[in-house]
Amino acid sequence: MQEYFIIIISAVLINNIVLSQFLGICPFLGVSKKLSASLGMGAAVTFVLVLAGAITWAVQTYILNPFNIGYLQTVAFILVIAALVQFVEIVMKKYSPGLYKALGIYLPLITTNCAVLGVAILNIQKEFTLGKAVVYSLSNAIGFTLALVLMSGIRERLEDADIPESMQGIPIALVIAALMSMSFLGFTGLI
Amino acid sequence: MSLTNEFTKGIIRENPLFRLVLGTCPSLAITTSVDNGLGMGVAFTGVLLASNIVISAMRKIIPDSVRIPVYVVIIAAFVTMTDLLMHAFTPALYKALGIFIPLIVVNCIILGRAEAFANRNSIVPSILDALGMGVGFTLALVILSTVREVLGAGTFYGIPVLPENVPAIMMILPPGGFITLGCLLGLLNKLQKKTA
Repeated sequence: MQEYFIIIISAVLINNIVLSQFLGICPFLGVSKKLSASLGMGAAVTFVLVLAGAITWAVQTYILNPFNIGYLQTVAFILVIAALVQFVEIVMKKYSPGLYKALGIYLPLITTNCAVLGVAILNIQKEFTLGKAVVYSLSNAIGFTLALVLMSGIRERLEDADIPESMQGIPIALVIAALMSMSFLGFTGLI
Repeated sequence: MSLTNEFTKGIIRENPLFRLVLGTCPSLAITTSVDNGLGMGVAFTGVLLASNIVISAMRKIIPDSVRIPVYVVIIAAFVTMTDLLMHAFTPALYKALGIFIPLIVVNCIILGRAEAFANRNSIVPSILDALGMGVGFTLALVILSTVREVLGAGTFYGIPVLPENVPAIMMILPPGGFITLGCLLGLLNKLQKKTA
């Protein structure tokens, strides 16, 4: 039990996937202008990440390892993720058209969200069991959503601020991310 | 559009990192030293060049409706090759770049060039486009990692340039990456406005 707890705390706070591992920066900068959109994106990524984590773990353990074709890892994983994203897109279009519209082009972009592939590969590199892999994927997804929601909260308030013209948009977002990342460094001593 | 233009546009005017803000994940993560930045840039350029050539050669055969999955598989194949080559020939660099080598596959620049350029142009312009974008991205990585390495570790390409105890370690930690890129983008915006 303690092991799982350590995985969760370290993935959500200490090694936050966005702020300290630099995975998933594109959606982090792109979708974090509105709180509602970032919650939706967080939910979509969480769903895909957990499913992808479990499926890629199974692919690695039951297909790639027995047949000794570990070098196909990248190709196999990216195909699994692409198929999953397509699936989520179809389901969301049918059951939640509003959210589907709000997420716009960022939904297909989850395929090229390095957070998903990154966590899938990390799961294998860390030699997790299935349970740990799922917990690790879930906590990284929570960490991603947390960073996204915090960021959108700050950016919504920033709209009223007087920012120098050349720093508007992405540059100021990156500086904010730097400050957030600095404060997340404070969690380092937690475990 | 002339052929030289295809090459030079990626370096400054449409620089993938500084102007289009694509490929930010690897650029922030591995630019802790000039060595890593350069290695990543070269690996990236190799993959982009190979995938641009193959995709532009096959652009009339690939059915439009399944083009994205086809691109992804082609790119993934070249990334796997790069991964194995680097593992064999540059083990130190392979270790330093770690997970970001397989992650070249989800680098938005490569898929973006496949979709926006190689898909519509013949092989020679595609090669030039890939080289230009590759050089532009490598240049951006080198600039970013120079700032971070000099300020954070007090060295440039491993050679000490600052007196001891001066470096701010923060610059080679994650926050340094964000703040350096943010400030560089702001600076470039300002410079561009002056010339325009």
